[in-house]
Amino acid sequence: MKLITERREISSRLLRFSAPIVSIAIALFVAGFLLLASGVNPLEAYREIIIESLGSIYGLSETLVKTTPLIFAGLGVSLAFRMQIWNIGAEGQIYMGALGASGVALFSGIGNHWLMMGAMFGAAFLCGGLWAGVAGFLRARWKVNEVIVTLLMNYIAILWVDYLVYGPWKDPKGFNFPLTAQFSDTARLAEYFNTRLHSGFFLAIFCALVLYLFMERTVWGYEIKVIGSNPKAAQYAGMHTGAAIFFVLFLSGAIAGIAGFSEVAGLQHRLQHGISPGYGYTAIIIAWLAKRSAIGVVIVSFLMGILLVGGDSLQLLWQLPVAFVYAFQGLILFFLLASDFFIQYRVKLVKGGRHA
Amino acid sequence: MPDFLQIEHIRKTFPGVIALDDVSFSVTGGEIHTLLGENGAGKSTLMNVLTGLYHPDRGEIRIDGQKVGFTSPRDSLSCGIGMVHQHFMLVPAHSVFENILLALDNVPNLFNRKEYRARIKQLIDQFGLDLDLDSPVWKLSIGAQQWIELIKLLMRDCRLLILDEPTAVLTPQEADRLFSVLQQLKQQGKSIIFISHKMREVMQISDRVTILKKGHSIATLERGSFDENRLASLMIGTDQIPEWQKNLQMSEEIVLEIQGLSVRNDRGLSDLDSFDLKLKKGEILGIAGVAGNGQKALAEVLTGLKSASQGRIMAKDKDITHSDAKKAYIAGIAHIPEDRKSIGIAPDMSVDENLIMKSFRNGAFSHWIFQDKKAIRRNAAEKIDQFAIKTGPDGSPVRYLSGGNIQKVIIARELSEKPAVLVALYPTRGLDIGSAEYVHKVIADGADRGMSTILIAEDLDELLKLSDRIAVMFRGQLVGYVDPRNTTREEIGLMMSGEKQGVAG
Ligand SMILES: Nc1ncnc2c1ncn2[C@@H]1O[C@H](COP(=O)(O)OP(=O)(O)OP(=O)(O)O)[C@@H](O)[C@H]1O
Ligand SMILES: [Mg+2]
Repeated sequence: MKLITERREISSRLLRFSAPIVSIAIALFVAGFLLLASGVNPLEAYREIIIESLGSIYGLSETLVKTTPLIFAGLGVSLAFRMQIWNIGAEGQIYMGALGASGVALFSGIGNHWLMMGAMFGAAFLCGGLWAGVAGFLRARWKVNEVIVTLLMNYIAILWVDYLVYGPWKDPKGFNFPLTAQFSDTARLAEYFNTRLHSGFFLAIFCALVLYLFMERTVWGYEIKVIGSNPKAAQYAGMHTGAAIFFVLFLSGAIAGIAGFSEVAGLQHRLQHGISPGYGYTAIIIAWLAKRSAIGVVIVSFLMGILLVGGDSLQLLWQLPVAFVYAFQGLILFFLLASDFFIQYRVKLVKGGRHA
Repeated sequence: MPDFLQIEHIRKTFPGVIALDDVSFSVTGGEIHTLLGENGAGKSTLMNVLTGLYHPDRGEIRIDGQKVGFTSPRDSLSCGIGMVHQHFMLVPAHSVFENILLALDNVPNLFNRKEYRARIKQLIDQFGLDLDLDSPVWKLSIGAQQWIELIKLLMRDCRLLILDEPTAVLTPQEADRLFSVLQQLKQQGKSIIFISHKMREVMQISDRVTILKKGHSIATLERGSFDENRLASLMIGTDQIPEWQKNLQMSEEIVLEIQGLSVRNDRGLSDLDSFDLKLKKGEILGIAGVAGNGQKALAEVLTGLKSASQGRIMAKDKDITHSDAKKAYIAGIAHIPEDRKSIGIAPDMSVDENLIMKSFRNGAFSHWIFQDKKAIRRNAAEKIDQFAIKTGPDGSPVRYLSGGNIQKVIIARELSEKPAVLVALYPTRGLDIGSAEYVHKVIADGADRGMSTILIAEDLDELLKLSDRIAVMFRGQLVGYVDPRNTTREEIGLMMSGEKQGVAG
């Protein structure tokens, strides 16, 4: 007897949908032992996670609040993935987006709400886009590896924001905390149901739909897919691959930048130190799991949102250490990635090595 | 002699495709057994099953009467079955010797290298190959690289050698060389499974021929009981070979003129060396020459894959040497090496999408920035029908098509552009006879509509049949033109070796 793996030529639809569910179940099972070891009844804990994140208007709204920036950043990253471009810099692009939007909110003095929203959105879009565009330019012009550039620029972006909130933009009445003054009401997104859920969430869903149409229905999406599949063939067919690389990285960063806008305009209403606790990095995993599809990004982001909110409640309720929450999230990711393997490969038990 | 290998009732399906339905045949020791079948009949898939790359759904393989179940190419190698793949698995920067060592099971250590060297040398001498053990692989011609693959298998004492369309990338001279080596191997008792679409080769070297049709093995014929016609009719069955007629082109209008064109290759040598050519409207201009005399560079510079270091390409009176206009004016079709990632297709995308790669912005396939999916599908259905492209389920990636069918996708796409000039580089290599005829018909029909074709081929019969004029190339230069109705194979042969001049212009 021998185990072999064989690449599935075309993975079945049923499998693609069922595998993630099965793998989450396995992850919950394994994590159960961790919980038992810390003296918590796993079933109770899981019930708690579901109730906390989905069981009430408040819980659901908190989950959606966490889902929102993940969708934006995940969409941005997945767009670049479609062209085999690896944008590891969504985190920095979120920060730059937030910086741009905050600059407009604090200093433009626009009085009209819709104008203000448009200007903040535009600023975030541009700042995030240009931040990633630098990597796009370097890659298109001199073949500089975009992974390195986007990654390193994360640090620069985060430090820029820190410089501003610790320095020139610091709220004089803020008791020396690293944050800017609160935005005026014109610079805030609408909130709903008396919760923190803001219109950024609906903007994210809308963005996903637009991106889906963009990729599947427009000539640009088509071009991006051809270049991603075989750059040489694209060039032969007369496509300008260099321009496309810049354009796609710009757009990828711009969409991640919108996350920054949505966070400051919808949730925090100011720019401050640590506005993103790593959404940009989680976005890479989301894009990977979502198989680069825009609709997939929304679904996976929502799952991540549940994990984030539910994890918080575990911490509060049972005083579990934060490390446990990370381990729990890690396990789930691990099994999701593993299920990916089983979707792509078939494992067979074959009788006999050579001569049977 | 008892059968060495038996294949019985093999079935292999892919989602939505039955690639092999019920295939049986056998190979005896010391025979050359040819597999013949249309594009997509299942030949490559069968060989992949035989070498353990795919696991059959049903059926069995027996070696010396013993049932075997291969789970990887390593298993089949250890049973003495080796395959020369069409995309060679060589490390370009390493020497020939190192590449051969890499393929051995127990990699020799420093001390017995000499011994291995001697053994390899012996093989090279025995078969009279022209191969320098110390030259890096990237410097070698494709023919020479194929020798390396063959030697790798011989060093491992394979009893059965599988060659999947080996001659598709060889010049006729190299192919003859290969055949004499195969004959010698046969004499030593080795068995060979050979795949080719070229009838002449099949007739020349096969001891037996098994015909595959739509995943079934429909007949195995012994030498003496088959001829070209019988094979063709078995293989194609009731399908008709398209009929076409060559009409002489009379126009004297020059649509493309190449003046003093020079192109350097990666090694810094001149592939084209002040090459001149005049192409008339509506003519099929055949290019004859021993492979490696600049034909490929000519095709590449015309289709924009390489740039010229000197000289001009003139379209009517416009200089398009470095202009983007070239892309709209000239289309190119070429033989697709089995290595599917080559230029020409986006392997992960569907047939539909690949067919519009050059025209996706056309009004026919898009409205403003939106693609017209219905029109794209309609176009694909039409092309698939016209060119008899065998595809998987709708929407499945092109990568999974058979070699010949990928090539048909490209040909269909390039010809639908209705280009003024078509550059065809070995367009019928790897195509089954029906499809090759169809491509000829399309080129001839195009000529009647006023399309001019530069047809680069090495099969003189193909050139003589199709061309209005033939230009002969030697060492990157134009030797001269001949009239195909008024020349002999000998005359062209002499010109190809640079010994005789033709008529100018
Ligand atoms: N990995 C795969 N996934 C899906 N379909 C496949 C795969 N490999 C082959 N096929 C299908 O199986 C059929 C047989 O293909 P195969 O490559 O064996 O043809 P072939 O006889 O070698 O043709 P050719 O002469 O063009 O090389 C084709 O219809 C092809 O589309
Ligand atoms: Mg094949």
